[in-house]
Amino acid sequence: MAEFLLGASGFVLATVAFGLARILWGPGDADRMMAAQLLGTGGVGALLLLGAATGEGGAVDVALTLALLAAFASVAFFKSASEARADEAADRG
Amino acid sequence: MTEALNVGLALVILALALWTVVARDTFAAVVGFVAYGLLLTLVWVQLRGIDVALTEAALGSGLTGALLIRAAARLRKTESAARAERPGVLTRIVALLAAGCVTAALAVAVLALPDPAPTLAPETADNLAATGVGNPITAVLLAFRAMDTMLEAIVVLFALVGVWSLAPDRAWGGRPGPLQRADPDGILAYLARALPPVGLVVGVYIFWIGADLPGGKFQGATILAAMWLLAVMAGLADAPPVSRTWLRLALVGGPVVFIAVGVAGAAYAGAFLAYPDGLAKPLIKVIEWALLPSLAVTLALILAGVPERTST
Amino acid sequence: MSLADLFTVVAVSAGAVFFLAGTVGLLRFPDALTRLHALTKADNLGLGLVVLGLLPRVDGVLGGLKLVAIWLLALLAGAAVSQLIARAARSPGPRG
Repeated sequence: MAEFLLGASGFVLATVAFGLARILWGPGDADRMMAAQLLGTGGVGALLLLGAATGEGGAVDVALTLALLAAFASVAFFKSASEARADEAADRG
Repeated sequence: MTEALNVGLALVILALALWTVVARDTFAAVVGFVAYGLLLTLVWVQLRGIDVALTEAALGSGLTGALLIRAAARLRKTESAARAERPGVLTRIVALLAAGCVTAALAVAVLALPDPAPTLAPETADNLAATGVGNPITAVLLAFRAMDTMLEAIVVLFALVGVWSLAPDRAWGGRPGPLQRADPDGILAYLARALPPVGLVVGVYIFWIGADLPGGKFQGATILAAMWLLAVMAGLADAPPVSRTWLRLALVGGPVVFIAVGVAGAAYAGAFLAYPDGLAKPLIKVIEWALLPSLAVTLALILAGVPERTST
Repeated sequence: MSLADLFTVVAVSAGAVFFLAGTVGLLRFPDALTRLHALTKADNLGLGLVVLGLLPRVDGVLGGLKLVAIWLLALLAGAAVSQLIARAARSPGPRG
């Protein structure tokens, strides 16, 4: 069971790491924000699986913290991107 | 299986770090940095350092990411000029040599480490019972090396003073950051109403369990600061003017209590920050409860930014 | 393998499949809004099935509640942030 959970954790991480490619390509801010969001959720999932596989109880608390701070970081990105758009519009028009 | 996972994680982290350095767009680089912090959190969990993983998730990834994105926003106007710069060949060669020397020095230092590594872990475990806390990290941070923690708390305060010193003369002592306007019925306002109560409970929970399980005041304070900043970003709260007395008292309250306990220790137990027998746990609790609000306010204000508006 | 273990294996595998689907969608769909749609599937179902699969393994009600709370938190944050990302995608900014 531990092996399976460890493997599942690695699989989730691998698929999510491929999502990182979207940060690289992502034409536009929205795609980059999406990749970060996917990593956040995938990271939480992988953490929960890792914690269950190794019997590390603290991993659940780390997942909890990660979920909260990922939401905060996403909002910070959004505010920055929308301010950039507002600046751009103000400069142009 | 674990080996494969660790190797995979290491490779992805290295690739992501390289990309973050090479990326041309600052926004993309910051997103890459936050993702890098997320993956580093997993590494810390694999290394069984849950306290460090908590700090990395909260501070290293979340809060630092937000800080960097604000810095990137302030530099947006100069970005095109910076991108147009082309350093000469000589500069690049010198930079290459300097970077190579630093890497070589680091490699030598890491490879020359003594094996087995010298450690104080057995002594810490032996004396853990005397401190009254169950988490050895907390015991080290607040009992055996309390001096370091006190200096950390003061350094964070100095960082805040540094941020405030960037304020223009007319806004001295004013409110940090621009006025945030958001639709009060919009989705951002909804999130900023729904999330902070949960975050408040989680933050205090992480702080509370720090005595016996991984956690502690730094991580708890970061979560609390992040929740308040969320409300500010949604326009539901406004940063107070930094000249307010209650704000300044809240900022210095924690370090002052810490120093007071230290001086009392010098008077009653023989050394600065020594705890009298049997009083270790209560004193640690006092210090932690005093530091939590101070740290939360300090971190929140560092992120709120430079005072820009005159206080009204 | 006991019934609980079998349940864990099935649920976690299904969750992993949804994470894979989320990533494939993120990489292959033609425009930002469709990619966002794929992403939210990973959020909701991927994490939800993983949490469901781990529930039989927790010791005590508190542990189970914590896991469910994490999932609900991820749902809330994901739903709200998706709206914000969609807004950013609909009015493309200086970088497209």
